[in-house]
Amino acid sequence: MTEGDRRAPGRDGRVSDGDAEVSGGGGQVSAWERACIAAEAFALAPLGCGIIVRGRPGPVRDAWLKRLRAVLPRDAPFRRVPAAIADDRLIGGLDIPATLSAGRPVAERGLIAEADGGVLVIAMAERLPAGVAARIAAVLDAETVTVERDGLTLTEPARIGFVALDEGCDEDEAPPAILVERSAYFVDLDRVGIRDVQEEADGLDCDEARARFAALAVEPSALETLVNVAAAFGIASLRAPLFALRAARAIAALDGADTIEDSHISLAAALALAHRATRMPADADDSDDAAEEPPEQQPEDEREKDPSDGRNEEQKKLEDVVLDAIAASMPANLLARLEAGAKARAKAAAHGKAGDHQISMRRGRPVGTRPGLPREGRIALVATLRAAAPWQPLRRREHGTTGTARIHVTPDDLRIVLHHEKRGATTIFVVDASGSSALHRLAEVKGAIELLLADCYVRRDSVALIAFRGKDAEIVLPPTRSTARARRRLAGLPGGGGTPLAHGLDAAAVLAGQIRRTGQTPFVVLMTDGHANIARDGHAGRPKALEDAIDAGKRLAAAGVASLAIDTSAPSRHRDSATTLRIAQAMGADYFKLPVADSARLNAAVRKSAQRLQG
Amino acid sequence: MRQPYPFSAIVGQEDMKTAFLIAAVDPSVGGILAFGDRGTGKSTAVRALAALLPKIKAVEGCPYNCEPSSPAHLCHACQDEGRKHPKSALRPAPVVDLPLGATEDRVVGALNLERALAHGEKSFQAGLLAQANRGFLYIDEVNLLEDHLVDLLLDVAASGVNVVEREGLSVRHPAQFVLIGSGNPEEGELRPQLLDRFGLAVEVRTPQEVPTRIEVVKRRDSYERDPEAFLEHWASAEKKLRNRIVSARTGLSSVATPDSAVETATRLCLALGSDGLRGELTLIRASRALAALEGKAEVGEAQMRRMAPLALGHRLRRNPLDEQGSAARVQRAVEEVFAA
Repeated sequence: MTEGDRRAPGRDGRVSDGDAEVSGGGGQVSAWERACIAAEAFALAPLGCGIIVRGRPGPVRDAWLKRLRAVLPRDAPFRRVPAAIADDRLIGGLDIPATLSAGRPVAERGLIAEADGGVLVIAMAERLPAGVAARIAAVLDAETVTVERDGLTLTEPARIGFVALDEGCDEDEAPPAILVERSAYFVDLDRVGIRDVQEEADGLDCDEARARFAALAVEPSALETLVNVAAAFGIASLRAPLFALRAARAIAALDGADTIEDSHISLAAALALAHRATRMPADADDSDDAAEEPPEQQPEDEREKDPSDGRNEEQKKLEDVVLDAIAASMPANLLARLEAGAKARAKAAAHGKAGDHQISMRRGRPVGTRPGLPREGRIALVATLRAAAPWQPLRRREHGTTGTARIHVTPDDLRIVLHHEKRGATTIFVVDASGSSALHRLAEVKGAIELLLADCYVRRDSVALIAFRGKDAEIVLPPTRSTARARRRLAGLPGGGGTPLAHGLDAAAVLAGQIRRTGQTPFVVLMTDGHANIARDGHAGRPKALEDAIDAGKRLAAAGVASLAIDTSAPSRHRDSATTLRIAQAMGADYFKLPVADSARLNAAVRKSAQRLQG
Repeated sequence: MRQPYPFSAIVGQEDMKTAFLIAAVDPSVGGILAFGDRGTGKSTAVRALAALLPKIKAVEGCPYNCEPSSPAHLCHACQDEGRKHPKSALRPAPVVDLPLGATEDRVVGALNLERALAHGEKSFQAGLLAQANRGFLYIDEVNLLEDHLVDLLLDVAASGVNVVEREGLSVRHPAQFVLIGSGNPEEGELRPQLLDRFGLAVEVRTPQEVPTRIEVVKRRDSYERDPEAFLEHWASAEKKLRNRIVSARTGLSSVATPDSAVETATRLCLALGSDGLRGELTLIRASRALAALEGKAEVGEAQMRRMAPLALGHRLRRNPLDEQGSAARVQRAVEEVFAA
């Protein structure tokens, strides 16, 4: 186990020797070599899967792409897809000029059909819209591309793979989940320095390796190991172990081996599974894992289904080695992401159609066209003419006009512009108006809210106000753009009574859900002294009240609502401070303690939190 | 295109498989929504279903798959033929993919471009809805489908008739299909109106037990390595399952629905506060189809218990604070109603 111990530092992302060295099963392999192994393994069988390449454009990435091209089958297509590609170029459609000159519908192939037998290279994959990703994913699954557009029906073979160039610079920016799900390999080029790059490939005979790949037998134990390891890292999808298995075969074939050896499995798992990990294995030995706190219910089940029973020692040992290999090769920022855990996932859930963007007819960035009448939106002239063009000969005949320059446009041709409207945010203030909080400190809280309100006004955000005291929480002010109204309501806010903190947070969660359904992004600002003493069932009692409040905070976080907690407890009351902090952590909220020395600092902090979620 | 993965070889996912089989037995249960984790074989199951379904008898050359034996439901083209006994042929039951990039004209049908350009003729080119008549219409990533297409589908799915009024054409044709939608809630929630249109909703979770996961991966791997041998191995299981569908279809009308079952369904819906009668109807139909599949003579408690979460779960008013999800709520209501 000395091997594992030596690599333990890799677990927290710190990798020895200037980040260039990462362990990958047998021996030390430089990050560049690993990237090249991934390229070669992918190139052996690129169809039906993908490879994600994280790294800025530059000489390193160019060198890697060149290397990839060299190992891909010689005549395999290699087509670049820009993130902003339109459907008619991606999937195919009607070739208008050819159709007009031929007098019959002529189809134009899309990029996907052109890439049959080869790979699509997706530039700026982190900006690829989910819809485009879904179209590519459908093709990967079906191995054909179906055109049902512009009066054409066409199904063409499209056995493709993809290379997703991920230029994202922080954890929040990643390629669409649909593509990540279908990528077998992950390459991190940010770890590769330009000096590490070796341009020339070392005389690899790909054809021979490909033949070996096809013939390689898979031991059931290899497959079981990969399934177990994937499960241990919390990887739900069953595509992951399948891809890892494919990777293991490819690596073995590249290695010139006739069977898959343990080192191949380790390296394959590192290349194909590490980036998908959602948690560290439950039985991880190191103490530094404690920080991660895997999501509650998981460890329990994990132990139950612990795969160790009924299997021989040897396989268990192999699993340990593979686990270590993965842990050592986790992307540098993955652990940070794991800590964020549920928060990151909840945030991903918040994306999508009902999130902060909405298709609109009137405002925002134009994103396409659809059939429609001018009263529904602005006319898209080019698209309308395009739609009308094929019918011109027919219409001329019908109308009896000959050879004139007139264009016949009918209402069916009309296209209107669709806009991607960026919706605003609604800040929900959840204010503790209880006796403990209110009497002497509510004034200060009100001052802080005033500051935030001014900021909301500048951003044109809506605001809502929920107050909790006594035995319940109430929406004092439903979402409104009028910050003046909010200010008035706040001034008249009565104080006193118990602290039903859980009620307040529950009410915020319900309101946040409603706000999200209207296409706006909710943001919760909680102000409390943490002195929760009324439980959900309305009974007094601190322990249960706190437990409920933490539970309510967790639900808010799970619903993907970003939040900010402002601690208003008196400076002397450390115990209350600690509970507020616990609740803030449950909410995944940013935490501040009042009185903040100067209001400008508080304001800047709030603005930062708010901006982060609005992009 | 290679042969799809056999339906009977799908490991686990009993709810999803049962829902598909029920729709194959009784299309009137309405659509099926399979929502959940990625990499759980939702698309695989739909393609497998296409290969599993018994062939249908349809008027030869009819773009709408008209059923020859029911003259009342013939499309305009088949009626125009004016023949008493149109020639019929067996064809695979339609399972039509609605790809995300599809344009409206291809979905509902439009003026036939080729005929229009070449011959200056106005004729109707049937769309995907026509092709799906008497079969299934499948939308993967249904939550990413454009809203105007969704509206259109809702309309047609509700009426069973596709009315096309465009480009100077006026066409009505039968479009009775089972809508199958799949997707991942992380890409965005479905609108409640669309949700309600699906008869049964299945939450697809990735299997948690390691032996099951290993079996899934093993089968998939052997299928990918040698599809012919794999299909060969499963051929008899597929045939058996197909026969089960056929006999369930014939047996469906003779499955008795006792009044007590209807009463139970009503009480369940009341207890859950689900709006409208769609929930009750679907629950009864689905339970009946399940009874037929199981070779039972009448709808019993077992079938209703099994179907209640699928038929009612997605019709509940959403409670964002209920962590247990709707399935647990339905389960609780079921226990209460059957205990009473």
